[in-house]
Amino acid sequence: MRTSDRTADLRVGVDVGGTNTDAVVLDAANRIVASTKQPTSPDVTAGMRAAVSAVLAELGEDRSRVGRVMLGTTHAVNAILERRRLGRVAAVRLGAPSSLSIPPLESWPDDLRRTAVVSTTTLRGGYYVDGRSLADLDRDGLRRFLGAVAGRVDAIALTGVFSPASPEQELQAAEITAEELGPDVAVSLSHEIGALGLLERENATVLNAMLYRVARHVRDALQAVLDEHGLRVSRYFTQNDGTLMEVDFAARYPVLTIGSGPANSIRGAAYLSGFSDAIVADVGGTSTDLGVLVNGFPRVSSVGAEIGGVRTNFRMPDILALALGGGTVIDGDGVPGITSVGYRIGEEALVFGGGTPTMTDACVAAGRTGLGRHRVPERLRRALAAAVGHADERVADAVDRMSLGKAGMPLVVVGGGAFLVPDGLPGVAAVVRPEHGGVANAVGAAIALVSGSCETIAPAGNGRREAVEAAAETARRRAVQAGADPSSVEIVEMSEIPLSYLPEPSLRVQIKAAGPLGKL
Amino acid sequence: MQGGKHVSARRITLDDVRPLARGCAILGTGGGGDVSTSTLAAERALKDYGDVPLVTLDELPRDGLVLPLGSIGAPTVSQEMLMSGREPRLIREAAERDQGRPAVAVMASEIGGGNGVEPVAWAATLGLPLLDADGMGRAFPEVQMVSMYVAGLPAGTVVLADVQDNLTLIRPVDGLWSEQLARAVCVASGATALMADYIHTPAELAGAVIEGSVSRALAIGRAVSDTQDPIGALVRTLGAATLITGKIIELERHTGGGFVRGSVVVDGVGECRGRMLRVEIQNENLVALENGVVRASVPDLITLVDAQTAEAVSTESLGYGQRVTVLAWPCAPLWRTPAGLRTAGPAAFGYDIPYIPVEEAAHANV
Repeated sequence: MRTSDRTADLRVGVDVGGTNTDAVVLDAANRIVASTKQPTSPDVTAGMRAAVSAVLAELGEDRSRVGRVMLGTTHAVNAILERRRLGRVAAVRLGAPSSLSIPPLESWPDDLRRTAVVSTTTLRGGYYVDGRSLADLDRDGLRRFLGAVAGRVDAIALTGVFSPASPEQELQAAEITAEELGPDVAVSLSHEIGALGLLERENATVLNAMLYRVARHVRDALQAVLDEHGLRVSRYFTQNDGTLMEVDFAARYPVLTIGSGPANSIRGAAYLSGFSDAIVADVGGTSTDLGVLVNGFPRVSSVGAEIGGVRTNFRMPDILALALGGGTVIDGDGVPGITSVGYRIGEEALVFGGGTPTMTDACVAAGRTGLGRHRVPERLRRALAAAVGHADERVADAVDRMSLGKAGMPLVVVGGGAFLVPDGLPGVAAVVRPEHGGVANAVGAAIALVSGSCETIAPAGNGRREAVEAAAETARRRAVQAGADPSSVEIVEMSEIPLSYLPEPSLRVQIKAAGPLGKL
Repeated sequence: MQGGKHVSARRITLDDVRPLARGCAILGTGGGGDVSTSTLAAERALKDYGDVPLVTLDELPRDGLVLPLGSIGAPTVSQEMLMSGREPRLIREAAERDQGRPAVAVMASEIGGGNGVEPVAWAATLGLPLLDADGMGRAFPEVQMVSMYVAGLPAGTVVLADVQDNLTLIRPVDGLWSEQLARAVCVASGATALMADYIHTPAELAGAVIEGSVSRALAIGRAVSDTQDPIGALVRTLGAATLITGKIIELERHTGGGFVRGSVVVDGVGECRGRMLRVEIQNENLVALENGVVRASVPDLITLVDAQTAEAVSTESLGYGQRVTVLAWPCAPLWRTPAGLRTAGPAAFGYDIPYIPVEEAAHANV
């Protein structure tokens, strides 16, 4: 237990990105009291250590006031993309006699399967859409399969047909797995991971099982950094929708953290500018990422995300990425190309004394920024002016696409290349450039809420209300389990989609609850 | 072997599945269901059972049975509770027993969407050739909207199989009963089932099916895959009229009675600037209107494709701001007969407009 004489009013937000690892410290009023930007290290962990150490050093004596650390990281997605540090898993589908026509992991890239998948099977079990049992769970078959993989796996992934609506068999199978393989083998349950759509949910569940090792590694590395500084604090990971999970909880659902970067950036940018509904543009050296904040959360994409060649049904933040950034190279006709000088901008751009015309040079020539000390040659001015025109058109077009035709939203611009975006754009109420925009993603991690969600099939007529309320209660309970303050959890998202061709008219109900962290 | 006739030189191999799926998505005219799960099923079956011969009606023994197959039910369910893989065998055995003749080929009931791709899996499983034909030449939402019905063939025995190996044979008195009884069985089976109807001999099916559908889907898929100009290649392969290229500025969709209904408005860009096209949707794209004038309508095909990649954009994946090209091209001649238009013309979908073939309508002054 924590002692009550300590003030734990500071929060550290960390975001491990592809190029930089940022960290910020916020006080109880969400004012930024320290911040840093460190290069992301190849092993990711050293960069995280450097960033956390830097802000703690900046705090000095006040570091003892830190009560919470929130981490958004690319560890998990990197492990999948690089096929490294993945746990060995076996995948069990519960659904026979149905669903035998396509075996588990059929669409997976061979190298990923070879790296991490020990064995797969489909056993009798599962449910119908209306909750009837498709087949009794094949307990003996499960025990035989587990016996055959015992000692060769770190985790088991269990996916039951219609488990998001009827999770009972998955839970029974999890108990049997614990009996057979002991507590050291983790179990990944599909109804806790994804939505309806068997193959995509199964894929995500198996990816999740592969990532336990990485998640524990990150958790322990973070703990080690904090121990070095003598800090005993609560730790959280941010996830795809921009909300938090307690670190021990997150260690069970690592796959839910893979889209946290854009989510943090969108929420951080919006927070810094004070909006809860806005379009956000994060302008970097090579690209501009646009996202939309709706009701305080990032709008999610309607199509499932593909991760490392594997299709999932995760709804990630809806991001439109433009190949346009401060380092984008301009061709002779004044058209911004698809290549960028990237991190070499400090040597290659004209205003820094180099010989390559970039968007940064174009923006200096247009008077949008005062970067660099070298003058832009007169003969290139026409081409550079034309490039600004092209770039503005592309940004305006992208903003329009993201706005879905809703005019009058503010556009919040963050990132090192923010000067690229003009002060006025058609259909946009105002272009806002918040202070501290460079570390918006770490701020997003530090201010994040905690959420829980639930999906079920409910009757459209009698019983609808009870079923929807039960699902909402489950979502609230999951948010509280993840660390939310029980007294302030609210339902933030609810969708009811009618299903056709069923004996009784039915609805697919998806509910998300979220709230601020509980008091320490 | 297949009744002693010569074996076709054309075969569907693993490499054909992805192009076929792209083509089927385009022939789905916005509907027809997701092709990705069907693609996996087809690839798996070809790996397990080998290539599938692609045959024409006259290559088949005249007195064998063609099995027109398609899965019916709720798409949400068929993406969650997949087929057992045994359904085609059950249907084949039942049909052979019922009619006292051997099955000689599988046919897609509907070439558009996933139901156009998965027959490859079913044919491979059964060791039968796939007939280069289907019952629509596209996708349609209702059971009676098939060429065999238009041609006056009786539905005959309808056979359904489900994931539990339940097998149901129905002898409906007409198409309406066929729809109602098949739906009831499908519901009891958990809202998804595999169905065969219009099980006839090649001789009986001559003139009553849309021939060449599978090669057409394959040709479409290949044309858009190996080119720098996929839209141009698609237009040439289909013989299509380009109704407009532009961005989606209005989108309205609602679900009811098992259908997605709504409309989409495309605002022209580039050469099309200043023009607007509205497409009416009921699962599939039904009517395209410009300034209130019909530019294309069912049974002709209207498809929205990505303006860059020429990838089909399905009704579910339409989104505001998407850059699309709207193409329209002629349906199979059978649909333009009086019976064809009664079954699947504008009036069959509740539109009080005369049918004007797309060759005239697309170029009419507006």
